[in-house]
Amino acid sequence: MNTVEALDQAGQGTDRVSQSAIATVLRNFRRTWQLYVLLLPALLYFFILHYIPLYGVQIAFKDYMATKGIWGSPWIGLDHFQRFFNSYYFKDLIRNTLVLNVYGLLLFPLPILLALSFNEVKNATFKKWAQTITYAPHFISTVVMAGMVIAFLDPETGLINSIIKVFGGNAIPFLIIPQWFKHIFVWSGQWQGLGWGAIIYLAALAGVNPDLHDAASVDGASRIRRIWHINIPAIMPTVIILFILTMGSFMSIGFEKVLLLQNALNMSSSDVIQTFVYRSGLLQSEYSFSAAVGLFDSLINVVLLVLTNLVARRTTGNSLW
Amino acid sequence: MYRSLSTDRVFDFINNGLLLIVIGMILFPLLFVVSASISDPNLVNMGQVWIWPRGITFEGYQRILHNNEIWMGYLNSIVYTVLGTLLHLVVLLPCAYALSRKELMGKKLIMWYFLLTMMIGGGLIPTYLLVKQLGMLNTIWSMVIPGVVGAWDILVAKTFFQQNVPDPLVEAAKVDGASYFYIFLRVALPLSLPIIAVMSLFHGVGLWNQYFNALIYLNDDSMYPLQLVLRKILVTQEMRSENLSSSAIQGEALAAQARIASILKYGVIVVSSLPLLIAYPFLQRFFLKGALVGSIKE
Repeated sequence: MNTVEALDQAGQGTDRVSQSAIATVLRNFRRTWQLYVLLLPALLYFFILHYIPLYGVQIAFKDYMATKGIWGSPWIGLDHFQRFFNSYYFKDLIRNTLVLNVYGLLLFPLPILLALSFNEVKNATFKKWAQTITYAPHFISTVVMAGMVIAFLDPETGLINSIIKVFGGNAIPFLIIPQWFKHIFVWSGQWQGLGWGAIIYLAALAGVNPDLHDAASVDGASRIRRIWHINIPAIMPTVIILFILTMGSFMSIGFEKVLLLQNALNMSSSDVIQTFVYRSGLLQSEYSFSAAVGLFDSLINVVLLVLTNLVARRTTGNSLW
Repeated sequence: MYRSLSTDRVFDFINNGLLLIVIGMILFPLLFVVSASISDPNLVNMGQVWIWPRGITFEGYQRILHNNEIWMGYLNSIVYTVLGTLLHLVVLLPCAYALSRKELMGKKLIMWYFLLTMMIGGGLIPTYLLVKQLGMLNTIWSMVIPGVVGAWDILVAKTFFQQNVPDPLVEAAKVDGASYFYIFLRVALPLSLPIIAVMSLFHGVGLWNQYFNALIYLNDDSMYPLQLVLRKILVTQEMRSENLSSSAIQGEALAAQARIASILKYGVIVVSSLPLLIAYPFLQRFFLKGALVGSIKE
């Protein structure tokens, strides 16, 4: 027990009889009010920039008019949602969003493989250099990343097409062929995030007890078998937590890069829910309708997060909450 | 024994070989960008430059040096990054410290108040309308206030304070009559340099690299951060010839313009990433620490 609690209880002892619960709280507050002052800026920030927009979500169910404001605009129920579900682009948007995200999810094991591979490197200098290089692209901005992709894939001057031409192929205008978009998006993401994604697994691997490996090698287990039976089970809890987190942002991965790589010709496979919300909401000022589309998107995210968490807890015992 | 040693060596050989291929694939585009930025743009465009620069010229960098738009963007980005990072710390640290004190009443409720925002949020449109109503559109505040602190940061910093500010020290200060303000400033803060470093680095990099908020909240060119200027040069390619060169030559041939656009392109990638590239090897251990503290589950 610490000093303050002890003093506090001693104090409570003398006049406990006359003290009500409210008085205790008040007294406690008088002692700790400065802590609440320290909390105040963050409390205010979250109230204004997180909870007020949450209240503003109601415009998804209203016919928002700037002159009447959020509160004064008339309710119209689920009209915006209906319009979205019935629109001709609904299927395309859902499909594109799913394709990009499922494709990305399929590559979820790659950073794990890289971490397992790093972990087997014995030469410390090589390991250090290898890690420094693979982490570096993480710090490149989305705009520069998109700029590099556009420059490299240029059919006339781009690096990739120069390579194709050296091997006798014909240049491919990658960015204006819709079918290529998913590959460009997902693999440029891997180039940038692979090394960084491995860090957390490397940390988990560093916690593996070396005695386990020694014992296993004495018993004649090969490197591969030791990785399979010792390292992989050791990092499994980390893998599951990260998988749940990925699922929680399933529908909203990387739309800022999508927006930069998208053009009129690849639109049929590059338009995802969030870029649509940006375009119809902020460029065409259809606030209510776009808010409804955005709300639909975040509802799917919450449902996926809760479901994945539930499944993970039932099957593996690991979960976020 | 001999056999297991040799399979071990085969394993190492294959493992290191595969790693080298991955590293090569990651390193090659980076090297190419640097080489292309100092090579003759015609050679670059014809696919004659691979890893080493050819026909070395610093024309690209000279043009960047004389480009007002890029300089202005650089300056704006520095202002937004520094101010935004300071605000981040001012909001985050006191809050995280208060939450780390166990005598704080309603701690759990307050924590949930923050964490809930990780799962549900208003989304793009309601947030935009709010920023607009607050009169922050096209002001510096729209660049630094939205996203100034996240629930995750609070969770991480709070955990840091709990683990690194020894309770007896705080209690002793309280016995001496120190207020919470005093303890926070004089006891907790001096012990929290690692978390300050980690949080500033991550938030600073985020601010330096972000473009979307600027895209939706700013419409005055002179306020654009570097990333929006880069977007013009690299992505929408709407840099007009008079912007490309301070001494715009009338009737400049299209081919020459393409040449300039090309050499500028790789140069700005290098210049914009330079601060991070220089700092990164020195700060790597902080970044790694950050990547890991961020992953600690409470």
